[in-house]
Amino acid sequence: MQTVPLKLVTIVAEPVLEERIVEALHRLGARGHTVTTAHGAGSRGMRASDPPGESVRIEVVVGDAVAARILDHVATEYFPHYAVIAFVTDVQVVRGEKYA
Amino acid sequence: MTDVLQQNLLSPIALAFALGVFAKVIRSEFQLPKDVYLGLSIYLLLALGLQGGVELAHASFDAILWPAVVTVLVGAVTPVTAYLVLRRLGRFGVQDSAGIAAHYGSVSAVTFIAAQQFVKAMGEEAEGFMPTLLTLLESPGIHIALVIGAIQSGAGGRPVRETLHEVLTGRTMVLLVGGLIVGFLMGEKNWQAIELLYDTKGPVFKGALVLFLLEMGIVAGSRVGDLRKVGPFLLAFAIGMPIVHGALGAWLGTLAGLSVGGATVLGAMAASASYIAAPPAVRLTLPEANPTLYLTAALAITFPFNLLAGIPLYYEIARWLQGG
Repeated sequence: MQTVPLKLVTIVAEPVLEERIVEALHRLGARGHTVTTAHGAGSRGMRASDPPGESVRIEVVVGDAVAARILDHVATEYFPHYAVIAFVTDVQVVRGEKYA
Repeated sequence: MTDVLQQNLLSPIALAFALGVFAKVIRSEFQLPKDVYLGLSIYLLLALGLQGGVELAHASFDAILWPAVVTVLVGAVTPVTAYLVLRRLGRFGVQDSAGIAAHYGSVSAVTFIAAQQFVKAMGEEAEGFMPTLLTLLESPGIHIALVIGAIQSGAGGRPVRETLHEVLTGRTMVLLVGGLIVGFLMGEKNWQAIELLYDTKGPVFKGALVLFLLEMGIVAGSRVGDLRKVGPFLLAFAIGMPIVHGALGAWLGTLAGLSVGGATVLGAMAASASYIAAPPAVRLTLPEANPTLYLTAALAITFPFNLLAGIPLYYEIARWLQGG
């Protein structure tokens, strides 16, 4: 089957940020997203979530340019004060035209 | 006092809470599934609203007016005293002081319910309109503290409108206010049809409360390790501030004409610290405030203190003020 190379951007964040980040993803050019609740811990310790200790894992498949914009945005807006990590993975996607 | 304290400590909700803490301390793996916890909290809040609404329909405007006025006063004063104590005496930074003050200015619904159950067990049932007062106290404290924090730190970051929307549409406010309206409108006859499930003095509600407090114990127990991180001043603050606010609430409640039970519950409301509505609002508005400080203080110190010793103390204060 025909596949297209794209970027999978994964952001793991405090749940309070979910709404804001998802809104920003779409503003920066994403066409869809997936959110899963998760739990874990990191260098910042306690999360202000209810129940406490939860995180959200936000995933989005986009082109190179949008991926870069998303990472820049997350880095400047949230890295200084919030428990957030972000990373990019190369993926091969079926029906590549959906993401353009 | 000792008798009252003992009776409170042996209540099922206090013991269930202690069991939850114990389970966490011995590192038992169990906890309530998240959906059960959320479902229970929705049920408790809705029942509180519904019954409050039914009883509100019987109350006269004159009877509620002064208690409502002093409740708003409590909501305006407690965030300011908490902020000043933390900033001036505790030497905390602006954002940390304001973040913690937002929690202590707002109210914990579970503490409210525990106080209501306690005075009922003492034979001094609180006024039926108390849940209405609870809704008045939820929001102002958070906003006053956040505004102080935003002004003092010169951070305009987040529009007040956004925070207001978040707090007013949170499940506590929607279920309480919504429940009050539904209860008020449906009247006594319809209430009787659903009373078995929603009566906050009945066995179903109390049974659910026990389960909820078990989970609260687990949540508080998982913060025990953080007690070492918050420092001696905040430990003392998380017990001393509720006593001051609790006495203030009991005194103002008495002045407003509330019964011993009502003044005790108002005292417990003033003394309590929010841990559902306040944390996300503070996290987004004052990002530099350290969540470990405000969550540990509110959840691991003040909540257990009020549940186990604070409520009986405010009861004794209210009795003394009213010459009992």
